[in-house]
Amino acid sequence: MSWWETVRSGLAAIRAHRLRSALTVLGIVIGISSVILTVGLGQGAQQEVEEQIDALGSNLLIVSPGSSTNSSGMRGGFGSASTLTFADATAIADSDVVPDAAAVAPATTSSVSLVNGDTNWTTSLVGTSTAWSRVRSRDLSAGRFFTSAEAERGAAVVVLGPDTASELFGRQSPVGQQLTVNGARLTVVGVLSSSGSSASGASEDDMAVVPVATSSRLTGSTSDTVSTIYVEAVSEDVLAAAYQEVQALLANRHGVTTAEADFSIATQASLVETANETNRTFTVLLGGVAGISLLVGGIGVMNIMLVSVTERVREIGLRKALGAAPRVIRRQFLVEASLLGLTGGVVGVLLGVVGAQVLPHFIDQAVAISAVATIAALATALALGVGFGVYPASRAARLTPIDALRSE
Amino acid sequence: MSALIELDGVRKTYRSGSVEFEALRGIDMTVQTGEYVAVIGPSGSGKSTLMNVLGCLDLPTEGRYVLAGDDTSLLDEAALATIRNRRIGFVFQQFNLLASMPAWRNVELPLVYAGIPRAERRERAEAALSRVGLADRLANRPGELSGGQQQRVAVARALVTEPDLLLADEPTGNLDSASTRDVLALFDELHEAGRTIVLITHEPDVASRAGRNLVIDDGLITSDRPRSTLRGVGVR
Ligand SMILES: Nc1ncnc2c1ncn2[C@@H]1O[C@H](COP(=O)(O)OP(=O)(O)OP(=O)(O)O)[C@@H](O)[C@H]1O
Ligand SMILES: [Mg+2]
Repeated sequence: MSWWETVRSGLAAIRAHRLRSALTVLGIVIGISSVILTVGLGQGAQQEVEEQIDALGSNLLIVSPGSSTNSSGMRGGFGSASTLTFADATAIADSDVVPDAAAVAPATTSSVSLVNGDTNWTTSLVGTSTAWSRVRSRDLSAGRFFTSAEAERGAAVVVLGPDTASELFGRQSPVGQQLTVNGARLTVVGVLSSSGSSASGASEDDMAVVPVATSSRLTGSTSDTVSTIYVEAVSEDVLAAAYQEVQALLANRHGVTTAEADFSIATQASLVETANETNRTFTVLLGGVAGISLLVGGIGVMNIMLVSVTERVREIGLRKALGAAPRVIRRQFLVEASLLGLTGGVVGVLLGVVGAQVLPHFIDQAVAISAVATIAALATALALGVGFGVYPASRAARLTPIDALRSE
Repeated sequence: MSALIELDGVRKTYRSGSVEFEALRGIDMTVQTGEYVAVIGPSGSGKSTLMNVLGCLDLPTEGRYVLAGDDTSLLDEAALATIRNRRIGFVFQQFNLLASMPAWRNVELPLVYAGIPRAERRERAEAALSRVGLADRLANRPGELSGGQQQRVAVARALVTEPDLLLADEPTGNLDSASTRDVLALFDELHEAGRTIVLITHEPDVASRAGRNLVIDDGLITSDRPRSTLRGVGVR
């Protein structure tokens, strides 16, 4: 019996039990498509985070309050928000101790409601200095950034993120328009360009940037603390030097050793590393779950093959009586199982690919389909079919013709 | 004339758990090429067991079975499958047709395992079905055929490979008298055409059609006599 002949008879057997075959295939389909989607989600998230971090610029240091050295609770006792102040930022900018810092921008963040007529939009209000746009490498698509004069007197001016602008003003040009925050009027002087990264990068495009003094006035804050200090190194080459200078300066100012620092400094590289680590865990976890569902699908195939063999013992006996060698019977069931596995694999891949196109419309997350994952999933499906087909197939092949014929 | 079948001290013991049952207790027999032999005996005497051994569907526990010069005890399952495919045609009491396939596909099945190309298979299956008078029923599934017609499909399947030996276990057991006549007439024809036939039955009427009757009782051959010498066979 030729291979082609075997494939034809396998297809005939699958067609003869349409519903059962369909249910079997379904198990594989769900397994494969979820593997493809989870791996895709993980990779999509990773790509996005990398893009976002890339957009930060490679000679940027991000100083945050609170320790990053994992001994969490202890130093958190100071209150993680209380450890960085404007004075720290000024010290970094002024001090001869940090010659490798080109620009420094402290920033406070708070959540506010912006109102334009009937339109109401809640976003994060960033209070910062004029250096912010330079340090964060954010260009403007319209208008201008606030000036140092405006910053000094806490002028009622605001620069909007592109998403914020379109939420509040639609297609209208926002520059020169007024909006209200906590009852106070602000004039829009500029709109930021998009940060270039998509999806969860939305937060980078949805913000309102005002001078620090303006922010304090609007939120009624009297505190001297900041949520982030952005430091731009003179060049990427001196980033490490700048890192150490900032670290030493802050440790000195806070009266702690660098080992027990109550602040943390991140670089683009360290952020990428952390993000990748998180994403890897996420991918491995979800991938594991998807893998289990694939395994369950495979067991489903094995189960169906066993049932199919049992149900068709008489047929096997007859085929043997008519001259089918054990090898031929084994091959027939193997081919049948592989066809089920492959069908499930192909449908699963299609579903995964379609899902990857559809899913980003519902969740704010891109899905990257990798060719490697797709091929691996297909190979897995085939291997599942063959692997789980082996046992029932060899069981069928071992039956003596008369035992098989006599079974009822 | 040469011996197609030679059995020498064949015993078959069934074991179910600790219980042993000896269904064949030392069978010696020879069947010449071209003979038409009926094996007759009461229920439980071991007829089917003997047929399974003759058809290489089951192996004897003891003794030697030589089919067309091949000692079957020396062959593995794959070689036995080839022997069944090339040398033996089976007709079973329960027809044993595959319900999902049309008649001609059932008939071509042994040719599939013989590795015959498709076009030739179809041709030969059609020829075999014409031979049993079912040229107009090629595409019918077994469920769409009468019992007699189904058994004739089974005979066509047994013939399609042109086997040396036709083995039939109670082929008329499930048939009415008209269909029985049809099938037995077919056997007569095949015998006349030179085919070797071993037919198992417990009906003396059926047995009387054969040239030679072997009576089996309690696992032993108790009588071996020619029923008719008209065709010049059966006397040893
Ligand atoms: N697989 C088996 N296991 C145990 N005993 C068996 C088995 N097959 C047959 N037997 C026993 O062997 C004996 C012969 O059985 P066999 O089927 O050969 O009888 P038979 O002559 O064909 O009878 P019938 O005319 O009723 O078909 C019986 O007593 C039966 O119970
Ligand atoms: Mg019987």
